[in-house]
Amino acid sequence: MDKVFPRIPSGCAISGIMNKKGKRIPGTDIIKSIALMHDRSNGLGGGFAAYGIYPEFKDHYALHVFYDSLNDRVTAEDFINEHFNVDTSELIHTRKVKSITNPPLIWRYFVQPKKNRLLNSELTEDEYVVRCVMKINSSYKGAYIFSSGKNMGAFKGVGFPEDIGEFYRLEEYQGYIWTAHGRFPTNTPGWWGGAHPFTLLDWSIVHNGEISSYHANARFLEMFGYKCTLQTDTEAITYIFDYLMRKQGLPLELAIAVVAAPLWKEIDRMDTGRRELYRALRTAYSSLLINGPFSIILGTANGMVALNDRIKLRSLAAATKGDFLYVASEESAIREICPDPENIWIPRGGEPVIGMLEGVNSIL
Amino acid sequence: MTKTIDAKGLYYRQLNDKVQKAVAEGAQKIVLTNVNGQRYIGTRVSGPVEIEINGVPGNDLGAYMNGSTVIVRDNGQDAIGNTMNSGKIVVHGHAGDVLGYAMRGGKLFIRGDVGYRVGIHMKEYEDNIPVIVVGGTAGSFLGEYMAGGILVVLGLDRKPGRPLTGDYLGTGMHGGVIYVRGRVDQTLLGREVAVFELDEADNQILGTCLNEYCNDLGIDYEEVFKENFVKLIPVSHRPYGNLYTPA
Repeated sequence: MDKVFPRIPSGCAISGIMNKKGKRIPGTDIIKSIALMHDRSNGLGGGFAAYGIYPEFKDHYALHVFYDSLNDRVTAEDFINEHFNVDTSELIHTRKVKSITNPPLIWRYFVQPKKNRLLNSELTEDEYVVRCVMKINSSYKGAYIFSSGKNMGAFKGVGFPEDIGEFYRLEEYQGYIWTAHGRFPTNTPGWWGGAHPFTLLDWSIVHNGEISSYHANARFLEMFGYKCTLQTDTEAITYIFDYLMRKQGLPLELAIAVVAAPLWKEIDRMDTGRRELYRALRTAYSSLLINGPFSIILGTANGMVALNDRIKLRSLAAATKGDFLYVASEESAIREICPDPENIWIPRGGEPVIGMLEGVNSIL
Repeated sequence: MTKTIDAKGLYYRQLNDKVQKAVAEGAQKIVLTNVNGQRYIGTRVSGPVEIEINGVPGNDLGAYMNGSTVIVRDNGQDAIGNTMNSGKIVVHGHAGDVLGYAMRGGKLFIRGDVGYRVGIHMKEYEDNIPVIVVGGTAGSFLGEYMAGGILVVLGLDRKPGRPLTGDYLGTGMHGGVIYVRGRVDQTLLGREVAVFELDEADNQILGTCLNEYCNDLGIDYEEVFKENFVKLIPVSHRPYGNLYTPA
C-alpha cells in the first residue's frame, strides 16, 4: 500500500446503476460500463460500491479494511475486537490480475458494536461505528477501514477499474445498486486508500472533479469529529452528506442546496419563502459549499443520487429503462449496457438525478 | 464508393485508422455501424468525404475537421467540432457540453438540446464564418467570449418551464451574432451583449442557415419562422483590449 506516486494531471470516470425494485444483479454490467471510459482514467485508481451484497449479514456492519502488513492487522484487530462482536473475519477473496501489483492485505469483518461499550458511550450505534472508523483511520498506522456500511461494500484499489473489478471477483456479488469510478488523480497520490468510492456507514461517493474548497470543508468537518485522513478531496464529500443528512437531519433537496448552492443572484430572484430558506442555508453552512468542478454519484441503502456542480464543469448523462436508472460521465457508457433506454438526458448543473427504491420516502 | 465499417468493440485508434484507410482507398462515403464512445471520429480526414455514424460517437467528434461531412443518426457527446476549420456536422439527437469550442469555420447542426459552454471562443475571418444551430435549448455560458460566427437557438419541442438558454448568455462576447427564437430573459444576459430586432440582412443570413438546417434534419422551415427571433450582438468592441496595456 505504497503511498508515493507521481502527480499526473488530468479527468475521471463515474458510472452508476440501480434497480428501484431492489432486484439484484451481478457486477458484470457496471464493469462493462466503466471499462468503456477507460481513457478517462490512468490506472492509478478504480473502485466500486455495491448495495445488497451481504443479505446473510444484513444487520451487521461490514468492515472492509486495508492493512500494510500482518503486524498492522494484529494491532488494529485488538481495537476491533475490543469494540465489536466480530461474527466473521476473513480475507476478501481476490483473483490474481497481471496489472494489479502490490496489493495490501484486504480483510473483511461482519461486526456489531459491543452492547456494554455502546451503552457506556451514550452514542447511537451509527455514531459509535463512525468514531471507531475515524479512530482506526487516524491513529493506527497501516490500517484503513474503507467500507463500514450494512449489506453494502466498497471494493477499490490502484489499477484500471475493469482490472480492479476482476481482481475483486465482482461478477460473484449481487447488488441492487452499483457505482463505479475510474481515477485520474490530479492533486493527490494514487494509492489504495485514495481510490474511490469513499464510504462511511451506508454512504458512498464516487467523484469526477476536484474540490477547490477542500480545506474549508475539511476544517469545518473536523469540528464535528470527522478526520480527513485519506489524502483526497472526495472523502470530504462523503462526510458532508453524513453530517448534513444523518446528523443535522436535512432532507436531500436541502443538502444539495448546501453543497451545490444556487448563485446569490439566483437566490435573489426566488420568491420570499424560498429566498429566506436558501439564504439561511448558505449562511449556516457556508463552509460546506463544494466549490470547483464535480460530478458525483452518492449511494445509500435507499437509492442513488447523481449531481453536478452548479455551473456544470463536468459531464454527466442519465437514462431509465424499466426499473433501472443509469448515470455515467458519458452517454456511451450507459448505452454500452442499455442500448435502447426509454429516456436519456443530460442533467443541468446543480440539478440532481434522484433514484429511490420503491416504498422508501427518503434517501437516508 | 461507399464503405461500411463495423465499429463494434473497436478502440478509437483502430476505428480512425480504418476510416483513414477507406479514404485513402477512395471512399467518398463511409458508414460506421455500432459506434459507441469512440473519440475523434472525423478528425484525421480532410476534404469531401461523408461519414455517417450509427450509434453514439465519443468526445471530440470532428475536432479540427477540415471540409468533411459527419452525420450522426443518434445523440452526440461533449466537445463536438472542437476547433473545427470547415465542413459540416449534423447530429440528429441531443449533444453535450463545449460544442464548437474555438470553431473557426464550418457548420454544426444539432437537432435536440445542448449542454453548457456551447460556441465559446468561436471566431471568424473573412469568408470563414462558423455556424452552430441548436434545435432545442442550451445550457449556461452559450457563446461566452465569442469573437465571431453565428449561433442560433430554436427551442423546438421545449418542455414547459425549460428555459431557452442558461445564465451568462454571451458573457464577454465581442464579435459574431446569436439569434434566439423567442424571448431572451434579460437577467441571463452577459454584460457585453444586448438584444436587438432583426434587420433585413439578419433575416437573409438566418433564412439561409435555417433553410439548410431544416433540410438536413427534416424540419418544417415555415413552422420554425412562425415565432419571432431576436438577435444578440456585442455592445462593446474588444472590451479586454487594454487589459494588460494602457490605452
